[in-house]
Amino acid sequence: MSQPLIEIKGVRHAYKTQAGPLPVLDGLELSVPEGGFVAVVGPSGCGKSTLTRLVAGLMKPDEGEVWLHGERVKGPRSTVGMAFQNPVLLEWRTILQNVMLPLEIVSTKMNKREQEDRARHLLALVGLEGFEDKRPSELSGGMRQRASLCRAIVHKPEVLILDEPFGALDAFTREDLWQTMHKVKAEEPFTGVLITHDLRESIFLADQVVVLSGRPARTQYVMDVHLTGDRDIEHLYTPESAEALNVLRHQIQIAQGRSPAEAVQ
Amino acid sequence: MSLQKILVPIAAMIVFGLLWELLVWANGWPNYVMASPSDLPPAYAKYWNLFLVMGWQTLWRTVVGLVVAIIFGVLVGMVMGFSRVMRDALYPLLVGFNAVPKATVVPIVALLFVGAHDFNTVLIAFMISFFPIAVSVSIGLSTLEPEYRDILRSLGASQTTIFWKIALPKTLPEFFGALKVAVTLAFIGTNLMEIVSPHGRGLGALFDSGKTNSDYPLMFAVLIALALMGILLYYVVVALEKVFAGWAERTPG
Repeated sequence: MSQPLIEIKGVRHAYKTQAGPLPVLDGLELSVPEGGFVAVVGPSGCGKSTLTRLVAGLMKPDEGEVWLHGERVKGPRSTVGMAFQNPVLLEWRTILQNVMLPLEIVSTKMNKREQEDRARHLLALVGLEGFEDKRPSELSGGMRQRASLCRAIVHKPEVLILDEPFGALDAFTREDLWQTMHKVKAEEPFTGVLITHDLRESIFLADQVVVLSGRPARTQYVMDVHLTGDRDIEHLYTPESAEALNVLRHQIQIAQGRSPAEAVQ
Repeated sequence: MSLQKILVPIAAMIVFGLLWELLVWANGWPNYVMASPSDLPPAYAKYWNLFLVMGWQTLWRTVVGLVVAIIFGVLVGMVMGFSRVMRDALYPLLVGFNAVPKATVVPIVALLFVGAHDFNTVLIAFMISFFPIAVSVSIGLSTLEPEYRDILRSLGASQTTIFWKIALPKTLPEFFGALKVAVTLAFIGTNLMEIVSPHGRGLGALFDSGKTNSDYPLMFAVLIALALMGILLYYVVVALEKVFAGWAERTPG
């Protein structure tokens, strides 16, 4: 394998609170090859969102290093795309204008016409054709999340960071969006980090699942996922998937500080 | 639909006028106790030139006071919205300042800048109306969800870009809400100064001379003229809001 695109080495970080420093990350290791898609799971409040902010260059770790494409991350860089649980679309813009927002900030070689064509193409890819001129308030939660996804990749970022993007959606919409993600990845290859609470989501979307320990988080367990080919929701119901989910569930229980034996009962 | 939007408020005003007329008639009040709507047209006919001149004086000073309040209020709101320290420092001062009844400030200002009548009037209109604007802008900016900032910051956008592209437009609905309150407050400020200070300018002075001469129809005519100007300015703000923050309006249902 060539040099990893994202590399996190021995990262430690603590937030300063009134009660003293609160360590959230302690010895975090993560490595994502180009084109890889890693899901990060762990107990709530274990520092998963801190991890996304580190990779995006929105904050610096107290200790350790974050590398993107062989360069040390020291601040925000335009080669990153982000989507959150809250789609944070700008209410005063149309969906098309929302998707084009990053292109107004990042310099691209595309002219206005090409920018618009690209945004329209992405919207069609995620199934939002015909909604380009609607306002975000006129769309459902799932549709807003689709638009937010388009905005995250419109400037062709090297790295896509997804921080529980489907967390607030109902189960059916979520499964629809998982399939949309595969469609997008097939047409617009990206290297991604997905933060999630949903183990099924992690093995369905990612090719590697990283389990973080409880706070302060370190890398506790890494699992390579081998659901290959055209992924279909049915893949989640095979014995292999059940086995993988079981292993991950045990790891989460360990991370929560419960021993698997007592948790299973 | 739009015809209905105009006819309904006009009908409401006519009903209000009729009820007022009925109240005065039923109590048999002479017009030196309470004037009735039918006393107003003669008063306007008699003093129409004064109404024009003084109405204009009141209007322009109110608008200037309001414009200054917007500029100052937005600046203070920005400072408080972006800086935690400044918010902690300025909030008690602003609340205290706002709690002081402006009627008590009027004589102080009048003595401080003797003879600068236009300046004093604008100053009071400004002082009474900037508070809601400053508070709304600061709240709008400080409650901006961090994800909005992160979306642009992760792309390497500067603070200025974030302000123009996100913080400012997102604050506009709150800003216009406050501006509607500020419009009526500014009229109160202008009239306070006009009534109290002995310069004989503006509708407030006209009201005062009505009082001195026991000309009740004139006093009521002034009140109605002020109400009409307030409505006019209010709807100017509503029109601006539609242009700049129309996106925030949800179609009911």
